Amino acid sequence: MPQSVTEAVGSTPTRPSPRRQGLWLRGAVRAGVAASSISRNVGLGAGAIIGGRVTMALAPSALAGLAAGRQVVLVTGTNGKTTTAHLLAAALRTVGPVAHNATGANMPDGAVAALMADPAAPVAVLEVDELHLADVADAVAPAVIVVLNLTRDQLDRGSEVRSVAAAVSAALAAHPDTVVVANADDPMVVWAVGATARVVWVAAGSRWTGDANACPRCGGTVHRDRGGGAWRCGCGLTRPVPDWTAGSASTVTGGRVIALPLRLPGSFNVGNAAVATATATALGLDPDVAAAAMSTTSEVAGRYAMTTLHGRRARMLLAKNPAGWAETLHLLGEHPVLLAVNAREADGRDSSWLWDVPFENLVSRHVVASGERAADLGVRLTYAGIDHTTVPDPIAALDALPPGPVDVAANYTAFHRIRRRIDTERGSAE
Amino acid sequence: MNGRDALSIAVLLPDVLGTYSDAGNAVVLAQRARWRGLDADIVPVLADDTPPAGCDIYLLGGGEDTAQVFAVDWLAGHRDVLGAMSGSAVTFAVCAGLQILGTTLIDGSGYSRDGLGLLDLSTAPARARAVGELVSECDVPGVGLLTGFENHRGTTTLGPDARPLGKVCSGIGNGAPHPGGAVDGAVQGDIVATYMHGPALARNPALADHLLWRATGAPFDDADMPDVPDLPALRRTYLAATGRIRATPRAARPGRR
Ligand SMILES: [Zn+2]
Repeated sequence: MPQSVTEAVGSTPTRPSPRRQGLWLRGAVRAGVAASSISRNVGLGAGAIIGGRVTMALAPSALAGLAAGRQVVLVTGTNGKTTTAHLLAAALRTVGPVAHNATGANMPDGAVAALMADPAAPVAVLEVDELHLADVADAVAPAVIVVLNLTRDQLDRGSEVRSVAAAVSAALAAHPDTVVVANADDPMVVWAVGATARVVWVAAGSRWTGDANACPRCGGTVHRDRGGGAWRCGCGLTRPVPDWTAGSASTVTGGRVIALPLRLPGSFNVGNAAVATATATALGLDPDVAAAAMSTTSEVAGRYAMTTLHGRRARMLLAKNPAGWAETLHLLGEHPVLLAVNAREADGRDSSWLWDVPFENLVSRHVVASGERAADLGVRLTYAGIDHTTVPDPIAALDALPPGPVDVAANYTAFHRIRRRIDTERGSAE
Repeated sequence: MNGRDALSIAVLLPDVLGTYSDAGNAVVLAQRARWRGLDADIVPVLADDTPPAGCDIYLLGGGEDTAQVFAVDWLAGHRDVLGAMSGSAVTFAVCAGLQILGTTLIDGSGYSRDGLGLLDLSTAPARARAVGELVSECDVPGVGLLTGFENHRGTTTLGPDARPLGKVCSGIGNGAPHPGGAVDGAVQGDIVATYMHGPALARNPALADHLLWRATGAPFDDADMPDVPDLPALRRTYLAATGRIRATPRAARPGRR
């Protein structure tokens, strides 16, 4: 087994080491660190992003300088970026320090902040927003790019799924020597990866087919095998033969079964772990060692965490788009459910997607609709035939449920607002 | 209702034109019919299916450029459905659905192709994408204000046979100059079209009921109609920006033509 990830991959791009960076960059980094601690001290919240922004403003090529001499893995896709990056970072830490944008700050400034925070780590795992993949890849010359899935997310920002896939495709084409680890089960991903030379295909699963039935190449219908994972279109776009296949609690490669005893729920996360295992293996790790390291991860940037307030034991679940909601509804037990939806910039201003989520599956649950778009959610639930109460304030909504276990499922800003509100309430109760 | 017990609502090509959740319009129509004691069936018609020509209501949603081209070719190959859409049935079309039912579509590269010609309108690319909330004053008597989210890059010009669905209060709508000010959508015969996603019929139940009445030919007895409790709050949210908040009006009876 190799001594380090860098050694395992071998072909480290020759770049100046961080120690030999110019003074201009070190000054910029210092200014960014200062801004980061200021924003934390005054309670502005996401200090990581603000610190990164200052650095980007002072030194536009800060990202390239900070990445120089390191092995960088970029993780992109609509859903599962944060979880997959966490699992992969856990695996790679068995070999040495890893820089990682663990809070999910996935714009270029978040990448800068993560690299600044761990200047000596020889390896970096960075989740990257799909539309920023090209810029970040050009700056960091990644060893590996992971492409998880491409579905609808915030159409008013990213426009159409196919154009997002085209942007990812262009980014991959510009880095022909980079290893691409990609989901063979998602036609949009397969189309985006196109003729890239070095691909590791993972059959990571895809319960969501709402966006992917129309062939991204020709606009026709993608035909899926019942039960099996294979799919093909009349135009010739078809599922590649997978190098790795995700099972129910394992992944298989070349006849070898790797157990994935995860502490994260759901088949979606088994798929994410299979991708992370394939990626770690491509970087030279033993897959069993990687899988064992991943089994210690029990929450991801607050997701899946348990927190208690006023006698309600809340399991926190984040869902950002129809595909993510479909997966999340699948995880819910028989407990009462608090659903919370906002429509801020980071969520997407358009709440139409609520009509693509199968809320009908919540029948017989005790449901409270909450968040800044509680009324939109409530109207959707009524038409789905789901009895519910509507309480826009999330803490009041939690109190409206009986004491005991509660599943809290929320979209992006609603999720973070609930976490902050619960922290505040718990703090003032002590 | 074509002589059957249940209202049939066809969702055309949800696998191709399913990008903007417009299939929610079918759920709204079906539930509002059922709440009045009228059976309703939602019939998803996928690209590989042969579409039934005897449905009461046809729905077309939004989609991306390649999907539009596919949908035009697909519908052109099913003349009996086109006949029903412009004849006995009621049709509600959103965004790309509106555009493909027109006479002409010009794509981003300037290439012009024929639409299906059921609506007297033509669509060319706009300079900028129209993305955001859209509010209009509906021209159908009694329907009132309409709210929806628009997300398109089309500029649609109405010909003399198509009337607008409403006058734009805020947002872009059709985008092309129109006598008397900006308008959204089109009405021609029993075809109603708009740029509003949302889905439009969830946010605007008066328009949903107008379509149901057109399809069934008779107004409903609404004594047993349940409330949608969150609807007033939803409409307040989206109409507040225009300063023209109004309680949800009762739906208008369809005009006899
Ligand atoms: Zn195809």
